[in-house]
Amino acid sequence: MSETLLKTPLHGLHLELGARMVPFAGYDMPVQYPLGVLKEHLHTREQAGLFDVSHMGQILLTGSAAAQALETLVPVDIVDLPVGMQRYAMFTAPNGGILDDLMVANLGNEQLFLVVNAACKEQDLAHLREHLGSRCEIQPLFEQRALLALQGPAAVKVLERLAPEVAGMTFMQFRAVRLLDQDCYVSRSGYTGEDGYEISVPAAGAEALARRLLAEPEVQAIGLGARDSLRLEAGLCLYGHDMDTSTTPIEASLLWAISKVRRADGARAGGFPGAEVVFAQQQQGVARKRVGLLPQERTPVREGAEIVDEAGTVIGSVCSGGFGPTLGAPLAMGYVDSQYSALDTALYALVRGKRVALKVSKMPFVAQRYYRG
Amino acid sequence: MSELRFTEDHEWLRTEADGSVTVGITAFAQNALGDVVYVQLPELQRYEQGAEASTVESVKAASGVYMPLTGEVVAVNQQLEGNPELVNEDPLGEGWFFRFIPADADAVAALLDQDAYDRLIKANADA
Repeated sequence: MSETLLKTPLHGLHLELGARMVPFAGYDMPVQYPLGVLKEHLHTREQAGLFDVSHMGQILLTGSAAAQALETLVPVDIVDLPVGMQRYAMFTAPNGGILDDLMVANLGNEQLFLVVNAACKEQDLAHLREHLGSRCEIQPLFEQRALLALQGPAAVKVLERLAPEVAGMTFMQFRAVRLLDQDCYVSRSGYTGEDGYEISVPAAGAEALARRLLAEPEVQAIGLGARDSLRLEAGLCLYGHDMDTSTTPIEASLLWAISKVRRADGARAGGFPGAEVVFAQQQQGVARKRVGLLPQERTPVREGAEIVDEAGTVIGSVCSGGFGPTLGAPLAMGYVDSQYSALDTALYALVRGKRVALKVSKMPFVAQRYYRG
Repeated sequence: MSELRFTEDHEWLRTEADGSVTVGITAFAQNALGDVVYVQLPELQRYEQGAEASTVESVKAASGVYMPLTGEVVAVNQQLEGNPELVNEDPLGEGWFFRFIPADADAVAALLDQDAYDRLIKANADA
């Protein structure tokens, strides 16, 4: 291997567990454990799965102007984000494209806690420093903290054995919690469509916490392979595949993530990069958009496959695709010309030169089961 | 049952009593692929050596299964259409892909034998 891959604090544990490791966003990461992707996926939906997502970037913003400052980079209500809540956001570019998507939590005490994608974290940090550097303190926690995700219907009963207070949290709530005498941040959220938690833990304590959680009978270690099929069934976007700098939030079907107060008719309308483009697209519509796609036969349809109409004209392409173990069938997302985006529209993907029938479908493909109290 | 032969693409071949040759993928290959979710089987027709006769889709990716020798495909394992996991569970048995009549029956014996294939796997593991 020519490049030097970074390692998370759980790297040794992954090897010990027999993981198959792959390079991902510059890190040597577990794609699967001996259980295999299919069973790992199903186990997460039935019990609880533990994911190492320490490669993701954790960043702390501190200062009385931090929320106002961050609003200049994201089309999301940060100023009125309650203490103890987390919200989904994206960094937009002047052309309306998406630089990265992220989670923002309000810790109180004029502190915001951000989680950004691994592949984008250095670029995000530079972006924050360039635009917010004079208005708040920006502290990357890349080396200091690890990030674990405990996902699945049994996650709550597992984690409450360590900290009873987590059971009362609802979806997207966020709080400081002591776990095994470590100062952790816990959010009730995830990337699987299931109930569960994401746990920011000091790097030095990450392995002990992971071992403790894995010792619980409901918990299985889960790799990136199942993480991808879980999020795809849940209809969740993967940055760099389902959206990037060439797609706007409107094209990516992420209008729901643009807070009402930041929209064209909102009290704090605009003020984020590319607002004019986004608002114009919202009013006038877009030429193409992201939709769910269900292959009508057993053939998985993968990223990059061309999508054609009945006449064979190329009208889009697949951005994510594979097999959904819970769905028991292949599934995909793609960008299509907007006139083909209505539910149940019949289309075709070209796979190895053959047509595979597709139907435009609602997302999520598998119902989300978040705990809303 | 005659002894197995192998290709560098991790396929196995077995000459049957009727002279046809059964093809599947090895235990090493199925393990590397991960859970198989779909197999596109070949048509009953002639394929040239090296042609992509079949495709195996795992949870991770699509991989070609190449015609090990020039010949005519005469049967496919239709069980794989409903039960692609047989490729993982029993790669050398119930998980077979297809049978073909080789254009040159003697060419089978010239492929890798078990020892040579085992050395190939070991070389891969050491690389």
